[in-house]
Amino acid sequence: MTTLTPAIKHSSLCLNPSLRRNRLDRLFTTIAGGFSLIAVLPLFLVLIYVILQGGRLISINLFTQLPPAPGLDGGGIGNALIGTFVVTLVASLIAIPVGVGGGIFLAEYSKSGPFAQFIRLGNDILAGVPSIICGVFVYGAIVATRVFFGQSYTAAAGGMALAILMLPTVIKTTDEGLRLVPKALSMGAIGVGASKFVTITRITLPSAFTPIATGVVLGIARAAGETAPLIFTALFSPFWPEGVFNPIATMSVLIYNFAIMPFDAQNELAWAASFVLVVLILGANLLARWLRRFASM
Amino acid sequence: MRPEPPVDRFKLRRRPPSERWIDSGFRSLTILLASTVAIVLVGIFLVVFQGAQDAIKAFGLTFLTTSSWNPVTGEYGAFTAIYGTLVSSLLALLIAVPLGVGTAIFITENLIPTRWRDIIGVMVELLAAIPSVVLGLWAIFVMEPILRPFLNFLHASLGWFPLFSTTPKGPGMAPAILILVVMILPIITAISRDALNQVPTALRQGAYGVGSTRWIAIFNVILPAAISAIIGGVMLALGRAMGETMAVTMIIGNSTNFSWSLLAPGNTISAMLANQFGESSGIQVSALLYAALILMLLTFTVNILAQWIVKKLSLRY
Amino acid sequence: MTMTMPRKTPAITNQSCLSLEKVTISYGSFEAVRDVYLEIPRGKVTAFIGPSGCGKSTVLRGLNRMNDLIEGCTLKGRVIFDGQDIYAPEVDPVEVRRRIGMVFQQPNPFPKSIYENIAFGARINGFTGDMDELVESSLRKAFIWDETKDKLKESGNSLSGGQQQRLCIARAIAIEPEVILMDEPCSALDPISTLKIEELMHELKKTFSIVIVTHNMQQAVRVSDQTAFFNAEAVEGGTGKVGYLVEFDETERIFNSPLQQATQDYVTGRFG
Repeated sequence: MTTLTPAIKHSSLCLNPSLRRNRLDRLFTTIAGGFSLIAVLPLFLVLIYVILQGGRLISINLFTQLPPAPGLDGGGIGNALIGTFVVTLVASLIAIPVGVGGGIFLAEYSKSGPFAQFIRLGNDILAGVPSIICGVFVYGAIVATRVFFGQSYTAAAGGMALAILMLPTVIKTTDEGLRLVPKALSMGAIGVGASKFVTITRITLPSAFTPIATGVVLGIARAAGETAPLIFTALFSPFWPEGVFNPIATMSVLIYNFAIMPFDAQNELAWAASFVLVVLILGANLLARWLRRFASM
Repeated sequence: MRPEPPVDRFKLRRRPPSERWIDSGFRSLTILLASTVAIVLVGIFLVVFQGAQDAIKAFGLTFLTTSSWNPVTGEYGAFTAIYGTLVSSLLALLIAVPLGVGTAIFITENLIPTRWRDIIGVMVELLAAIPSVVLGLWAIFVMEPILRPFLNFLHASLGWFPLFSTTPKGPGMAPAILILVVMILPIITAISRDALNQVPTALRQGAYGVGSTRWIAIFNVILPAAISAIIGGVMLALGRAMGETMAVTMIIGNSTNFSWSLLAPGNTISAMLANQFGESSGIQVSALLYAALILMLLTFTVNILAQWIVKKLSLRY
Repeated sequence: MTMTMPRKTPAITNQSCLSLEKVTISYGSFEAVRDVYLEIPRGKVTAFIGPSGCGKSTVLRGLNRMNDLIEGCTLKGRVIFDGQDIYAPEVDPVEVRRRIGMVFQQPNPFPKSIYENIAFGARINGFTGDMDELVESSLRKAFIWDETKDKLKESGNSLSGGQQQRLCIARAIAIEPEVILMDEPCSALDPISTLKIEELMHELKKTFSIVIVTHNMQQAVRVSDQTAFFNAEAVEGGTGKVGYLVEFDETERIFNSPLQQATQDYVTGRFG
């Protein structure tokens, strides 16, 4: 009887879980999984508390009443809700045209010229400037100089501070969105005698609408939650908004002010405002996500 | 031969001047709008630098090394805030990098079904969307009370060590560091995830093809290939952590007295600005702007470094 | 092989519609094609043939200033159209392109409806007539009316590759240019679509002057009246090959009795 014995003795091909390499593999996978769990835990904890503490306070009064004087109960965040919309609107009205225009320049007129490179670098630096510094800048340039009809703290100043914060996002997404549009498309338009202006506004920009819109929505959502640039530009106001050239209450500043007050009523309103703000911002994020998905289909 | 068309029905074959003006006007407009970035950037620097002049003249470089902050005597030194800024952001980074990179590996390297990977990815991105001020509120009322017994334990058992030498009394450096971890974790995760996704499939297949186990491939082939982008992302996160204001202001305690202890109240430059800038006057404003200038230079350096590292990567692939 | 000056072309007696005088086109400091003299006749199909990298597409794009869109691309010499050097500083390149249309290598319909694909160009050229009629006649001329007449509202992207290219030709002829430039219009298409487009060119030359770049020599024989053969050769001190015009004549003579050895080698497949 002859049996063929292989020259080298091979081990079985079955997985041997007790091998050192397999044990190490499982160990690392467990660690990475544990890290992921820790990474998503804060989101749950924050959301649970915001929903529990803030969600239970949702009522009509919350949206229709002014915050109470310190020490009193009840009241709402009506003025801050309107204020957040006003300030964010001012910021969007400035940052979207400026940012889309600047992005068009970068992507369509000067792709690699020295000036465009300089602006791109500047944009990246601006994106890294701490938001509190934006507030300091607008305070120094606008609030302290009282350029708006002699008013110091104004909703407009707050909007401008937020606009500085949004601008880099809008420019970057416009630049990148436009550069994703196939060159052949603009060539086609130019080939039938379209001017650069018509090519950009009628062909290129509409083709890049979705990525730009996604970036803009995310930028707006981020700006709506920002506090640091507002605390000494838009300041706060216990009253209903009185136009854009007066101080204005915003939800984010309200949360900041009321969180550190030693009164339960104010703390509760801070939680309620957090709930409303988080719902709005996560809503905007989901909208952006949906836009992106819509585009990829 | 081509018959000439009797009448040209295209009246704009020759462009009217108005159309040309629109064309060149639009170009000039976009140049102007793009320049806004540079104007704002220069404006920020000028406003801060100009305002800081008095303090620079009065305190010079000793501003960086002294820690008295006394509006009554007019003596100012930013050491406490600078120390707080650097220590809080670096320690936050120390915790967030392993967590973020580990999470990124977990959701890119085919360890769990795609559905779960996407869900974890989305949740980490949503965490980034939670406003800083809401995290601050949560830190004050939820995180800090939960953390207190643990910090007390640290003090009780390691109190001889300078970093844990004071009794925790609520707000302080340690909770501020943890909230910073929560804030920069999504940045590190997102950038690491992109970096890992960009590692060429061929490289992965090569590693598995020679019989590597999953983690041998990750440690020896995949991570090294992605490392410069990950470092770039970590630097960006560091810049973010140093400039982060609201959540830190609300939980750090805003003490102008220096302490080595992480359990004691501390301060950062941005927290100091948020707290004092609106209500200060005279030389205090200038001292705050001097501190702001230092913060700007710090974040500027870190961000430029990050750009440079990321650019190096794009040359490699 | 020597860099000979291409001979003048006495065979061409027709009035020329585009003439190139000592045209040199460079990308940055790299010369892509050098010293081209060429008279493109009116009302005929002129083919540019030659190996890859000989600059034939570059010359074609130079004829309606599409090269302006490529950064660093410059043209020396003169390109005369309608008695005017189109590279003169006072000339508006947009107007040049309204009179010299272009069809590209890859079909590139706009992400709009089929109707709008045609109407877009006409509108920006200030069309004053009946738009529906123009759309129909353009699509008919491009042999694609029957396939599209029931779905004019649908996106141009819903068509097949060959149909898209005919739509792009319809788009180009809708603005009634005097010349149509075609940059390898069939290279991305299947043989049947290619055949349709070749048939279409025979029709179109009754109305337009056509210049076509093609890699396919049979195609040049089938569709063109005149053929220009470009070649490339390494030059001393240069980094790459520089293209130049070897020979320009009636297609039949280029393929049967060329004057230059290089042309002979290329058209008989002995090239390289």
